[in-house]
Amino acid sequence: MASLRQKDLLGIEQLSVEEIRLIMDTADALAQVADRPVKKVPTLRGKTVINLFFEPSTRTRSSFELAEKRLSADILNFTASTSSVSKGETLLDTARNLESMAPDIIVVRHASAGAPHMLSRECRSSIVNAGDGMHEHPTQALLDALTVRQVKGRLEQLKIALIGDIAHSRVARSDTLLFHKMGAEVWVCGPPSLIPWDYSRLGARVTGHIEEALDAADVVMMLRVQHERQTEAFFPTTREYYNFYGLTRERLRLAKKDTIVMHPGPMNRGVEIDSDVADGPSSVILLQVANGIAARMAVLYLLSGNAGLKPRKQSR
Amino acid sequence: MWYDRRAFCGANFNLNVNHMPKKSVDRQLMSAAEIDLALARIAAEIIEKLSPRDEFAIIGIRRRGVHLAQRLCAKVEAILKRSVLNGILDITLYRDDLTTISNRPMLRETSIEFDINNLSLVLVDDVLYTGRTVRAALDGLVDLGRPKRVQLAVLIDRGHRELPIQADYVGKYVQTADDEIVEVRLNEEDADERVVLVKRPKSAGA
Repeated sequence: MASLRQKDLLGIEQLSVEEIRLIMDTADALAQVADRPVKKVPTLRGKTVINLFFEPSTRTRSSFELAEKRLSADILNFTASTSSVSKGETLLDTARNLESMAPDIIVVRHASAGAPHMLSRECRSSIVNAGDGMHEHPTQALLDALTVRQVKGRLEQLKIALIGDIAHSRVARSDTLLFHKMGAEVWVCGPPSLIPWDYSRLGARVTGHIEEALDAADVVMMLRVQHERQTEAFFPTTREYYNFYGLTRERLRLAKKDTIVMHPGPMNRGVEIDSDVADGPSSVILLQVANGIAARMAVLYLLSGNAGLKPRKQSR
Repeated sequence: MWYDRRAFCGANFNLNVNHMPKKSVDRQLMSAAEIDLALARIAAEIIEKLSPRDEFAIIGIRRRGVHLAQRLCAKVEAILKRSVLNGILDITLYRDDLTTISNRPMLRETSIEFDINNLSLVLVDDVLYTGRTVRAALDGLVDLGRPKRVQLAVLIDRGHRELPIQADYVGKYVQTADDEIVEVRLNEEDADERVVLVKRPKSAGA
């Protein structure tokens, strides 16, 4: 028996260690579809997937779309800017309308935390969270874990440093939860103004000094400075941010020799990461993109057929 | 959670059934020695049927077909005194019953490390029943290339086909009833090695 006995994928928080392993193992098996002459399997034939994106996204959306296509699902793409949302329709009404078109899976990205959770209660379809506000981005964390496991062979007892704009990053939250669950040592680092004061409750060690975070790190994950979410000045200038928290080749020497550098994208070169690190030998950034398709295929495959199950109880 | 609990209840119910006195006794269809003999005969038939110059490969269907394919491969290699290509096919993604969520098998990798274009392929599985596994396997192979021909070898053919599919090589034909299960036990996967016919446990109306 190998399936996720739940209707939705709302966050890493709701997943058990076994379920995370199952998704990663399934993703490893699905990755080989990309290497074949026919890059398609008929698994989701006849299933309808709606990609409901209320926020701009290139990578995540195209990654989901390719994953859906490689599993032979029928796809409806829905972007907020070209829809009735711009005419004032509420999220709930949009969802109810889409629901009556009988989709099997709805992939949602929304600027408000909890939007997918509300849809999960209202819809019969399986909901996949593709990023909700500053809360979670579970498929990104799953592909990050998949990448680390492929390169390092394990997740347990690795030192993982998440560096950058922690406060506004849903990737940081999902990554922290996942790597902590899987037994890694998670460090987060950034300007104190960009780290929530109680972040250590998620299981991470918090520091304001990049040297401390990088020291003997197995994995260095750089996070983008999210200018668009920053409503006030969290640091004086981009240049100063780079001087204190930018990943340069010299700084990377503090980490382990075989360390890997990751970035969920899109990168701001010269702000949080230098070009010679981003394009250097330690960088696995493009492997992350490739793994994104496999991880999303695994989630869609494991959730397919679960529509109509009762939504899993929220932990709080 | 309510659905988890229900799943556990189901498992417990089956356990209770097992505690009840069994009326039917498992019937042995093949011993370990007979399995080996059947495989030896199939190996000889494969060589006889495929012309010696034919490039061919033996492909096992997960899970037990894999071990049978490896054994067949060794036997064919011993006769031909050359190495024979051997691959593993996982058909999970091609199944037609994936929406029934209760018994989804673990997805594993297909490992066919050679180009199957213009090869003669021998697909190997343990039991030929409805033919749906073979249908899925054929679909899976077509996505990997265009083999010259595909043949099918099975240890047991138990009848009850739901699709027009026949095996080219059969270890043993067995008359079975619909409520029976043919269990192929192999050393690589199980505690002992033999083929037995067992009654399907009455499910709790699930």
